[in-house]
Amino acid sequence: MLQCKNLTCVREERILFNNLSFTLSAGEILHVEGPNGVGKTSLFRLLVGLSSPYAGEINWQQQSIMSDRESYYKTMLYIGHKSGIKPELTALENLQFYHDLYNPKVEFDAWEVLMLVGLVGYENVPTAQLSAGQQRRVALARMWFSDCKLWILDEPFTAIDKKGVKVIEDLLIQHAKKGGMVVLTTHQDLSIPTEFYKKLILHKPTTGEQYV
Amino acid sequence: MFNAFIQVVRKELLGAFRQQSDILNPIWFFVIVVTLFPLGIGTDPALLARIAPGIIWVAALLAALLSFERLFKDDYIDGSLEQLMLAPHPLTWLVSAKIFAHWLLTGLPILLVSPLLAVFLSLEVNTFWALFLTLLIGTPILSLLGAIGVALTIGLRKGGVLLSLIMLPLSIPILIFSTMAIDAATYGQSYLGLLALLAAMLVAAVTLAPFAIAASLRVSVS
Repeated sequence: MLQCKNLTCVREERILFNNLSFTLSAGEILHVEGPNGVGKTSLFRLLVGLSSPYAGEINWQQQSIMSDRESYYKTMLYIGHKSGIKPELTALENLQFYHDLYNPKVEFDAWEVLMLVGLVGYENVPTAQLSAGQQRRVALARMWFSDCKLWILDEPFTAIDKKGVKVIEDLLIQHAKKGGMVVLTTHQDLSIPTEFYKKLILHKPTTGEQYV
Repeated sequence: MFNAFIQVVRKELLGAFRQQSDILNPIWFFVIVVTLFPLGIGTDPALLARIAPGIIWVAALLAALLSFERLFKDDYIDGSLEQLMLAPHPLTWLVSAKIFAHWLLTGLPILLVSPLLAVFLSLEVNTFWALFLTLLIGTPILSLLGAIGVALTIGLRKGGVLLSLIMLPLSIPILIFSTMAIDAATYGQSYLGLLALLAAMLVAAVTLAPFAIAASLRVSVS
């Protein structure tokens, strides 16, 4: 269970959000929505522990995520704006690395994963030479061999075509059915059954409460 | 855990062999800087042998500085660094792997071309061995110290100058002890004590620097 209590995020002496609390339980997909600049990516960086909140706490399984990073990272998959894919390596090499370092216990057939994300035929091309959408697919392919419970996806659908979005949505629903949790942002409308679906809408603070 | 170390080293080496200019440029720079000196100050063997250790060490220092750009910068830009910080392994350990790979790609080639440069600068065999041993012990310290500087300046757009301001003063002790050891060898004295001091610095750097680097990265990336 992921639990956020009274989170406050401050950037450049400006409050992005204040007193944000929510919980995410097994089998839920949380869609974080809001206009540009409202702090979605900042929230995600707090959730994965890349930055620390101005106030408030984030708990994973009743424990602060900062107290034991490594065991939190064993159960958490984060795919951010920056894909984390090495442009000079091929899709196959990138995926092999992510498998061996992050999820070595999962049985892994790189070819099958490449087929699922539609990259067969491009496996030996350096990812720098792939299109934006294909590069994004390489990054997202990690979801297919992840045994992590919690997926945190920042704009996963950027540059992905409609068919690809559908495939990923199905994967997210499957993950939720198995008791996994997903937090994601996207500006697209999702067609996810309501029993899994939760929405969190962030608002810009009024000018009065914007500064610390 | 050793598997994680090997995976990171493997990925670094693979990436470097795909982009060979990144490894070759510092080596070229090193060789060219050293060969410019005889052209500039004349070819008197006695004079060259006298200043050779200093030249080679300063050139190695500058070449190392040149190579630090690729240590974390590319990873920072493409997001691999974020992912490395979110890996289910201690960051200090992964960072050590990256620095080991960096040394293999920049320190080791300098060691390999050093016999050639010793011939260029008419060094005697005894002096050359002293030079080789100080480079062997000293270049990993440079990589570790430089990595702290890179980790601190990674978020800055123009971090290059700041990096050299942080890094060069810190490397003065290595320079002093290395050239002292080489000088001692030139005069036929024992230089084991000085090598031991350098080795002590290496041990301190290997054990402590990864913690400093990991902490600096956490601050810089947040």
